[in-house]
Amino acid sequence: MTFDLFVLPFFIGLLFLLGVLVVKYSRWIAMMDASDRVKAGMALFSFNLLKTVNEIFLESLLHRRMFKRNPLLGYMHMSFALGWFLLIVMGNIESRVYSGGHINPPYYPIFLKFFIHDKRVLPFEIFTLPGFFRFTMDLILLFVLSGLVLAVIKRTRSKWFGLKRTTVHNSFDRWAITSLWLIFPMRLLAESFTAGIYKGGGFLTNTLGSIFDAILPLEYMAYPAWWAYSTMLGIFFVTLPWSRFMHIPTEIILIFLRNAGIDQGKYPGSFSEIEIRSCPRCGVCIDVCQMNQAGLTGSTAVYFIRSLREKLPEVQLNSNCMMCGRCLEVCPVGIDTLGLRIGARGVDNKGFASDFTYLVNQPIVEKKAEVVYFAGCMGHLTPGVKRAMLQIFEKAKIDFTFLDEDGSVCCGRPLKLAGMKEASLTLISENSAKIKNTEAKILVTSCPICYKVFNDDYQLDGIQVMHHSVFIYNLVKDGKLVLRQTDLKAVYHDPCELGRGSGIYEQPRNVLKQIAEVADVSEERVNSLCCGGSIGDLNMDAVKRNLIRDKALTILCESQPDILVTACPLCKKTFDSGNATVVKDIAEVVAENLALNKLHKQTVDMVKL
Amino acid sequence: MEKKAKYFGYSITRDRQIDYDANNHDICKIIAKAEPTLNLCISCGTCAATCTAGQFTDFSLRQVILLLRRGETKSLENEVSKCMLCGKCQLVCPRNVSTRNLVIQIGKALYDKKLSAETVNTK
Repeated sequence: MTFDLFVLPFFIGLLFLLGVLVVKYSRWIAMMDASDRVKAGMALFSFNLLKTVNEIFLESLLHRRMFKRNPLLGYMHMSFALGWFLLIVMGNIESRVYSGGHINPPYYPIFLKFFIHDKRVLPFEIFTLPGFFRFTMDLILLFVLSGLVLAVIKRTRSKWFGLKRTTVHNSFDRWAITSLWLIFPMRLLAESFTAGIYKGGGFLTNTLGSIFDAILPLEYMAYPAWWAYSTMLGIFFVTLPWSRFMHIPTEIILIFLRNAGIDQGKYPGSFSEIEIRSCPRCGVCIDVCQMNQAGLTGSTAVYFIRSLREKLPEVQLNSNCMMCGRCLEVCPVGIDTLGLRIGARGVDNKGFASDFTYLVNQPIVEKKAEVVYFAGCMGHLTPGVKRAMLQIFEKAKIDFTFLDEDGSVCCGRPLKLAGMKEASLTLISENSAKIKNTEAKILVTSCPICYKVFNDDYQLDGIQVMHHSVFIYNLVKDGKLVLRQTDLKAVYHDPCELGRGSGIYEQPRNVLKQIAEVADVSEERVNSLCCGGSIGDLNMDAVKRNLIRDKALTILCESQPDILVTACPLCKKTFDSGNATVVKDIAEVVAENLALNKLHKQTVDMVKL
Repeated sequence: MEKKAKYFGYSITRDRQIDYDANNHDICKIIAKAEPTLNLCISCGTCAATCTAGQFTDFSLRQVILLLRRGETKSLENEVSKCMLCGKCQLVCPRNVSTRNLVIQIGKALYDKKLSAETVNTK
C-alpha cells in the first residue's frame, strides 16, 4: 500500500506551495538587473557556492547568530530547522531502504509509519542494526518537540530567551504558527497510535503507544490522527508564502545572492523584495531599538519591514528611524534594514526636487597642503571642536588647509539618508572637486556623518579619509603630540556613524586613555546607544528625541564620570543639552591637555609625585 | 549710478499690499498637518542665520515660512529645493521646529500642487 486519501491535504498543500514559490522566484529573476543576473549565474558555478552552502547550513539550519544572541533562543530555532531538516533527510533514506531503493512519491517518507510497520529484515546490510531507523527518527522527533516546548514557554517567559519584547503578530502569522506548532505533536500522536496498534516504533512512539493502547481505543483513533497530521502540514504550506515563514525558502536565496556580490541596488528591486521576505519577524531588533523609549515601537525594523511587505508603507513609519544601525548589528538574517529604509524614503520623498545650481562658480580654496581639514556643518555648529582642531594642527606643525573655513557645502549624507540619492550626488561631486583641488594626501573631518559618506560614496583618487580622532591618534603615536595625564574620570560614547557605521572604536579610546581614566559603559562599541539627535530621523519631534537622549545619558553616566567624551559634534551638542555631565569632543579634551613636550610632561608627572 | 547718487545709495520701497483673500492658505494647512511643529515657529530667523544654503543664496527658511503663512506660495515653488537638509537649523531652532521634515513637506506639498495644476491644465 503506497497511497491513502489522508495524504491529500499535505500533498495538495505542497504542490500549491511549490507552485507559488516558482511564480515568486521567476518574478524576482525577471525583476533583476541584467548584470546581477550574470553575477548570480556565475556564482552558481564557482567555489563561492561552497561558501554559500556552508553559510546556509550555519545560519538557516544551525542558527549560529541566534545562538550568539541567546543560547536558548538559538537552540529553539535550531531544533525546529535542523530537526525538521533531519526528519526529512532520514525519512527519505528510511523510505528508500524499505522500498528497496525505488523513488517514492513525496508524501511516502512523511507518512512512512502509516504504510510500513517495521517488523521486517531490511534489504541492506548496514541498516540491519535492529531498530536503527526507529530509534533515530524518534530521537529527531524528540529534538523537534523539545524546541516546541521552548517555543510555548517563550510565549510567556520571553525574558529567558533574551527578549524583553516580542513581535506582535497579525492573524495570518498566527494561523501559520498554530499549524506549525501542531504538526509535530500530531506526528507524535499518529505515530504513537500506530505503534501502539502494531507494536512497532522506537523508544518514544512505542512507549507512548503502549500507554495509549491500555487506555484508548487506538484502532479508531490512529486514522484520524494521520488525517490531522496531514491537514496541519497542508495548512502550514498554504499559509507559508504570505506569512513570516516565507523566510525559510527566501533566506537561502538571500544568502546566495549576497555571496554572489549582489547588493540592494535600486529600490524597489528584486534584492529588496527578497530581503523583505527574508525577515522572520523574530523580534530581536525590537529590544535594541531606541525608538521604544520615544514610544515609537511601531517603527522598529520588524514592523517597518512588515509594512513594506504588506504594501502598506506609512511615511511616518519610514521616516521615524535614527539610522543608528543597532538593529543591523543584531539581525540574525543580516537584512540591510537601513538600506531598505533609505529606499522607502526615496519613494516617499520623490516629489522633493533639489536644485543646487547656485553652487556652480563658488570660490574654491586655493591653498594647497598635505592635509585638508573639513569641519562639516555640525563642526561649524560646535566652534569649540573647530578651534581645538586648529590648535592641534598648529601644535603638531601640520601643513594644512581649511576647506570650509567660510562655511561648508553639506557632505550629502543627510540627503542620502532622506532617500534623495540624486541630489546627494550633486553635493558629492561638488565637494569632491574642492577636495581634490587642494592636492592633499589626507582629508581630516570632525564629523562622523561626513566621514562615513566620504568613505562610502566619494571617489577621492587615493586621498586618505580620516576622522579627527584617528588623525589625533596617529599624531600621538608618532610623538608629534604629547598628552598630559589628568585625574579625570571619563566615559567615551561611540557615535553611531563612527562606530557601527565605520568601525572606529579603539583609536579615540586610546587617545582618551592617555589623558583620563576611561570607565566602561554597559552599552558600548557595537552596542553603543544613539544620542537621539541623529539627522537620520526625519520626523521625530524634540520631546521624543529628548526621551531617547536622557535614557542614553543615564546609561552613559552610570559610573558618574567627570566628563563624557565623544567624537561627534552632533552627539556633543545633543548630550550637552541634557545637562547630565560635562560633555566634550575628543579634540577639545586633547587640545586642553597638550603637554609642551616630553620633558615638560615628565616634569609635570614628577611634580605630581 | 546717477540714481544712486541722487538718493545717497538709498531707494524707496514700493508700497505692497497683501491680498489675503487671493492667496492660497490651503497649502500651509496641509503642511502644518504633516509637520505640526510649523505652528511653533516665531519667525526669529535663527534658522536662516545658520543656514548652509543661505551662505550661497538668499534662501531663508524664515522667509519661506512667512510667505507660506501668508499664503503667497507662488514665489515658493522652487525655493526649498535649495535646501541641503544638513540639519543645522533644526539644532539651533529655539522653538524646536522639526525644520528638516518641514522643508521636505513644503517641497512635497508644492510639488503636489504643481502636479494637480498641471493635470487641471491638460484637462
